[in-house]
Parts: sequence; C-alpha cells; structure tokens
Amino acid sequence: MEMLVASAIGIMTAAAVYLILRRRTFAVVLGMTMLSYAINLFLFATGRLVRGAPPVLADGVATYTDPLPQALVLTAIVIGFGMTAVVVVMALGAFVEGGDDRIDLPPGDGDGRANAGDTGGAP
Amino acid sequence: MTGALGHWLIAPVLLPAVVGPLIILWMSEDLLLARVFSLCATAAQLVLAAWLLAQAAGGEIFVYRLGNWQVPFGIALMLDRLSALMLLLTAALALLVQLYAIGSGWDRRGAHFHALFQFQLMGLTGAFLTGDAFNLFVFFEVLLIASYGLMAHGGGGMRLRASIQYVITNLAGSALFLAALGTIYAATGTLNMVDLAQRTAALPADQTALLRVGAVLLMLVFAIKAALVPLHFWLPATYANAPGPVAALFSIMTKVGLYGIERFYTLVFPPGGNAGTLVADLLLPAAVATLVLGQAGVMGSRDLGRMASWAALASVGTLTLAVARFTPQGISAGLFYLIHSTLATAALFLVADLIARRRGSLRLVPGPSIPQGGLIAVFLMAAGVAIVGLPPLSGFLGKIAVLKASTGTGWTVAVWTAVLMTSLMAIVGLARAGSAIVWSAGATPPPARAADPAAPAEWLALAATGAMLAGLAVLTLAAGPVMRFTDATAAQLSDPAPYVEAVLVRQEGAK
Repeated sequence: MEMLVASAIGIMTAAAVYLILRRRTFAVVLGMTMLSYAINLFLFATGRLVRGAPPVLADGVATYTDPLPQALVLTAIVIGFGMTAVVVVMALGAFVEGGDDRIDLPPGDGDGRANAGDTGGAP
Repeated sequence: MTGALGHWLIAPVLLPAVVGPLIILWMSEDLLLARVFSLCATAAQLVLAAWLLAQAAGGEIFVYRLGNWQVPFGIALMLDRLSALMLLLTAALALLVQLYAIGSGWDRRGAHFHALFQFQLMGLTGAFLTGDAFNLFVFFEVLLIASYGLMAHGGGGMRLRASIQYVITNLAGSALFLAALGTIYAATGTLNMVDLAQRTAALPADQTALLRVGAVLLMLVFAIKAALVPLHFWLPATYANAPGPVAALFSIMTKVGLYGIERFYTLVFPPGGNAGTLVADLLLPAAVATLVLGQAGVMGSRDLGRMASWAALASVGTLTLAVARFTPQGISAGLFYLIHSTLATAALFLVADLIARRRGSLRLVPGPSIPQGGLIAVFLMAAGVAIVGLPPLSGFLGKIAVLKASTGTGWTVAVWTAVLMTSLMAIVGLARAGSAIVWSAGATPPPARAADPAAPAEWLALAATGAMLAGLAVLTLAAGPVMRFTDATAAQLSDPAPYVEAVLVRQEGAK
C-alpha cells in the first residue's frame, strides 16, 4: 500500500509541475489544483498508513491512527479551495483585461509604462 | 490559562480580524467612515504593539494558549522580543502607509481597500505571534490572500498579469510549505515550535535524514517569501506593478520570510544541531547573489518603480548576509538592518508613487516639471540616501554592523567586497534616476491639467512620506538603544531553555 500511495503522489506531483510550467493560465490552474491534491495525500500519509483503526481514543482498542494529519489535511483542503477560487477569478480578470491568457508579462513591462495607465488623475 | 498578559496577547490578531469584516458589512458604501474606522484600528494596533514591546523588553516570554489546551496538543501564541519588535514595525509601517493611501486617494480606486488592509495586518501579526508551525502556515495564507486583493487593487491589464504571477508563485510556495510541515511532522510528531526544538535535539543522529529534508524544504519556502536568488523571480514585476502604497506595505512581506528563517533556524533547527548545516551553507552564497543581482538591477532599471523593486531585493540580500551565519552578532545586525530597510524601501516606493501620480510615468527620461517638485526632490534624495546606506540616515549604521558581524567567519572578504561594491552600484543607479527625474525636469512643457482629482489631501500623502523618512532619522539618533534591544533579542533567540520553560513546563490550569 505504501508503494501505491507514494507512487500516486509522485506521479501527480510530476504531472502538476509539468502543467505549472505551461504558459497559459488554464493549464497552470489545473496544475496548481493537482499539486494541492498531491500535497494533501502526502500530508495524510505523514501520520503513517494504518488500515481500519480508529482515530480517537476509546476503551479496548490497541492500535490507533494519528488524527492530527487528518485535521491538517482538512485545513489544507479548505485553504486550497479558497486559493483556487481566487486564482481562477484573477486569471479571468487578466484574460478579460489583457485579451489573452498568457502568463508571461507583455513587452511593455519594465519600461515604466506599466503604471502609467492607472495613475488615476494623471494623464 | 493566559499568563501575565491575559487576553491582551491575542488582541493584535483579533483587532483587525473584527474590524475588517465590520468595514465590509457596514461601511462598504461609506468611504469616510471606513477611513476613520480603519485608521483608528491601525492606530490602536500601534499603541498595542508598543505596549507589548515594553512588556517583552524585559526578556520574559509570554504564552497564550488558545482554548486553554495544553501545549503540544493545542495551538499557542508566543510573544518574545523578536515578535514584539516585528509587531511594532508592522504597525508603524501600516499606519504611515494607510495615511498615504488615504491622502493620495489610492483607497478609492477600487473596492474594499481598508478591509483588505486590515486582513493583511491580521495575517502579519498572527504570523509574528504564533508559536505553532502549522498555524504559521495558516496565517501566511491569510496574509497572502489579502495581499492578492491589495496587489490587484485598482485593476489594469498589466497589474492583473503581474498579480497572476505573484499568486501562482505563492501558491506553489504554500504547497511546498505543506510538504515541509508534513515531512517535519513525520520525523518528529509535533508542530509546536518549542516542542519541535526539543524533539529535534533529542533525535538520534542516525535518524535525522527526514528531518534534514524537512528543514531544507522549509528553508526554500522562506526563501521564496523573502525572494532570495534564485527564487526571486516574482519580486521585481510584482512590486513594480503593485499600487504605490501597497508596494510600500509589501516591504514588510519579504521580511516575513526572513522572520521565518530567524525563528526556525535559531530556535528550532539551531546551527550545528541535528538538522544539519546545509541551510547555513546555502544561505550565504544565495545572499551574496541576491545582493549583487539586486544592485545590478538598480543600476540597469529603466524606470524608478522597477529600480525600487530591485533595491528591495538588494536589501533582502544584505539582511540575509547578516543573518546567514546565525551568530548572535549577525542576527542583531540583521534585525537592525531589517528595521531600517523596511522603512527605507517603503519610503522609496511612496516617493516613486508621489512622482508617478504627478509625472504620469516613472521612466528615466526627461519629463515635465512637477508640482511640489522641490520637496519631492528632497524626498527622493533622502530615500536614495537611506536605501543605499549613506550617512546621515540609519542605513550606514546597519551596514557597518553587518560588516562587523562578518569578521572572523571566513567570509569576511566576500561579504565586505559584496556590500561595498554593490553600494557603489546602487549610488550610480539612484543618481541616474535622480538626475533624469529631477534635474532634467522641465525639458518638456508640463501637461495642462488641474490638481489630481483623486488626491483631495495631498498634504497627507506628503506628510506620511516625510514621516517615514523622519522615522529613519530617529532610528539613526536612537541607534544605541535599538541596537541594545536587537542584541538582547539575538541573545534570547540563541538560548532555547527559557522558551521550553515558558511554553512547555509552566502549564498550570491548562486542559
């Protein structure tokens, strides 16, 4: 079972890294989601893999599974959801404003023109 | 349950956590009310932080157990000299930046500026106060989510593009953070920092492989936050494209990464301990590279905003150079330079924004002369002097302390060469910016327009920038007491026994 879980995490991470290195935001968002799945599985496995054991103290039970990683994973999942929503909305905003979903900055960056368009009352 | 300070220890986190939602729920239509309310909250935060600093200055370590759970099981907040110093610095910076944002009208260019600002403060204070590694991750996420909103504040195509890069880099960093915490938990079975320190020290020497992996992963996370070369690629575009006051506030964000390094690699994974020396070995070359690259960027920038971003990167390099050997002298010098460089970077970003709003662009080409040009030229000069580290502002004291701390470490020649040569590079770069923006002003006729309608209280923006620079002058004058405090902080960090006593041993009344 350890082998299976470990290779699943490894393959997912590799696929996620490949997707994150793409130049379009859609692929990158998919990659981020996949990476957070892989990390969640990894966190889950840090309490050791135990089958069929309760996570809470009870009378007459000898083996326990560690409940803390499960609580950590729950927190990580909630935060991951929120972050995915944020990055999707921002990617959409950049797509609507910029006309395409490329992730690299257009050539105007670094010329000082970047902030000229949004200086409020400035010409 | 709560130690000597009672519930006041959690107040710096609770205050913005309550004020932020109130601003969204009650005041999203009424900017004036939101401004007053938010400003009062930040001022209260400053008073609170000053009071907490006065409490922690004696050297006592205060602990607040959330829900009164016993420590390795529950989460604890921890106030020592280091966290108190960071709290005060954050609150002071936030107040000035907020005054600037109000005076310059930046806060009305998009929705919910003040609410996001309070959430950002909540994340920062929480990160500085927490004594639990996973809780640190949670507060990192809080401050990052708020920073995504602030970064995109005001909109614009280029800014949103830069925000996307910033968000994705930090999401990848968060994933790495979780992987590091998982590895450390698997190796030690705890995530409380002090408990972690004890168990790390007690680990048999042949079972430290996993722990060392975790320590280096965690180092990478903090290096991304601090923007150390080669993990710095997100910083220049982010800071240059962020709204001016937000970039100024972000000058504390790279310091959060450095705070993490200082906290973890002195207390939890001390040098020479079980976690290995790989971190310290990697940190110094990375710091030199960051410094050289940053100042080269200052020299090569084509606009002032980009130049300020590279200067921020270079200041991270200098700071890491001081901290990298984890000697008490180095950490003390690093803390002094941290206070200085946070204020100096923020001041430079505010001055750049003052110029951008008048001139229309920050490109280093001859442009129109600008209103209040004389005052702003003085500000630009002062901010440049501060960021390079020339007398009379506090940078030169910080750099001298950094140079002195490097003697006898085997890296003296490299550190001295890097710091002194790159300072010259920065002087050349900033002098070029000053002459292009100030001396060549008036080469083209000024654009015909009335005063900026978005800035009803320009005097407030100018006063906030001036106060930031005055803060640097005060830091120079008060360098003696401040350095004594940073010395005491470094001494406190290098002795884990009082932390164990305060956090793990004295737990009467806990569940």
